[in-house]
Amino acid sequence: MLILKPSDIRPSDITSKHNYVNRRDFIKAGAIAGAVAGGSAFAAPALGATAPQQRGTKLGDVGESPFSTDELANSYEDITTYNNYYEFGTGKGDPSANAGDFRTRPWSITVEGHAENTGTFQFEDFIKPFDLEERIYRMRCVEAWSMVIPWVGISLADVVKHMKPTSNAKYVAFETLNDPVRMPGQRRRVLDWPYRESLTIAEATNPLPILAVGLYGEVLPNQNGAPLRLVVPWKYGFKGIKGIVRMSFVDERPRTSWNIAARHEYGFYANVNPNVDHPRWSQARERRIGAGLFARKQPTLMFNGYGEQVARLYDGLDLRRNF
Amino acid sequence: MVFTLCVLPALLVFSDAFEITGRLGANPIEEIQDRFGNWTLRFVMITLAVTPLRRITAWNWLIRFRRMLGLFAFFYALMHFLTWLILDQELLLSAIAEDITERPFITLGFTAFLLLTAMAVTSTNGMRRRLGRRWQQLHYGVYAVGALGVSHYWWQVKADIQEPLIYAIILATLLGYRVWWRRRTQRQ
Repeated sequence: MLILKPSDIRPSDITSKHNYVNRRDFIKAGAIAGAVAGGSAFAAPALGATAPQQRGTKLGDVGESPFSTDELANSYEDITTYNNYYEFGTGKGDPSANAGDFRTRPWSITVEGHAENTGTFQFEDFIKPFDLEERIYRMRCVEAWSMVIPWVGISLADVVKHMKPTSNAKYVAFETLNDPVRMPGQRRRVLDWPYRESLTIAEATNPLPILAVGLYGEVLPNQNGAPLRLVVPWKYGFKGIKGIVRMSFVDERPRTSWNIAARHEYGFYANVNPNVDHPRWSQARERRIGAGLFARKQPTLMFNGYGEQVARLYDGLDLRRNF
Repeated sequence: MVFTLCVLPALLVFSDAFEITGRLGANPIEEIQDRFGNWTLRFVMITLAVTPLRRITAWNWLIRFRRMLGLFAFFYALMHFLTWLILDQELLLSAIAEDITERPFITLGFTAFLLLTAMAVTSTNGMRRRLGRRWQQLHYGVYAVGALGVSHYWWQVKADIQEPLIYAIILATLLGYRVWWRRRTQRQ
């Protein structure tokens, strides 16, 4: 049942038939996937040629989505070895080097605040009511690089509706695990732990955002935010909070971690916007990972190219002031 | 021998680019710039460490290598700058000019690079004779290069200042030693 062949999946394989395990096996595999992905024999680059990645367990019953882009997805290796996940170190290669032993089961998610269906849920129960979908999304980091990532996840809008927020719920706030023993990067106050992020209720009920649980049709690797992370493709990547343990429905705008770290550089909205520069670098262009050493940067698209689905959320809002 | 050691980091960049010795990773341009930048700072520190080392260990032969070490600092700065100019900025002059004038950390880095260039072109024995006293004044600029370089790095990182901080501490120690030595010799 465990598939451990370290071959690269070609983009053409993404939607072709695999030997899917059924959903019950996914739940069982969850307990093992942590160890499998954790046993990843990825050698740090300085030690020599890349060791083959051990792949996670395949996910079954993954539907397709009209929101997926038909752009070529980045390689599994690039997606899983170039990460910003400071809980495991601030270098891009640190999460894949250090998150191997991170145990993602048991994992509980607390839902609280202005909603009817609050409580603490085990991960498997939390995702059970929802359909798994593959969403191949562009991801644009605030550092001006980007990737195309074939996530597997559940619609955040569906989750929010299921929680039945009251009219007092203006924002959905998320929190990452706070555990410096299991997350060694948290032993230094590089950021104000735990990592916090938030969306407006309108953004959270938009059809685009997902809570991702998988990648390339398999269980999400630890360095990408296992077992559950947010993906908001029209915003800078730091909005995609990883290792979520808490969802709160609140009436006041919550603080978000990068805004706490540098108020003038990282805003609440963080919409991808080529016209609003980061104070220290331009946001007009981006480097597409995997394009090669001599590839030119490409122009950054407003809302990362997802304007059709989300531009109306910001009608009348000054996006320079509300960056 | 020392020359080979000094040029090794640059050779490794090339061999990693072809995945012979290692990998440059998912963002090779960023990795190359990071490596060349780090080696620039390291060679500035190593060059500044020659005099303190000589005084502490009485290894006076170290002085023979100082010019080469300084020129390697320039070399790595040049590589760092060219990587930025060509691979990152794609030789788009307007964007380059904007970055140099409007992004303070780049202004600092570019200033350090200009200083290093001035020291590199005046590094020959002939130049030293020609410039006389002003040669030494110019080459005291290595202290400014150290400070500018560390500030450039510090101002560039997003949140984790650990590495620039380490360089800052080393630089402060190397400069502090000189201040202490000067005070000591003046008192005698």
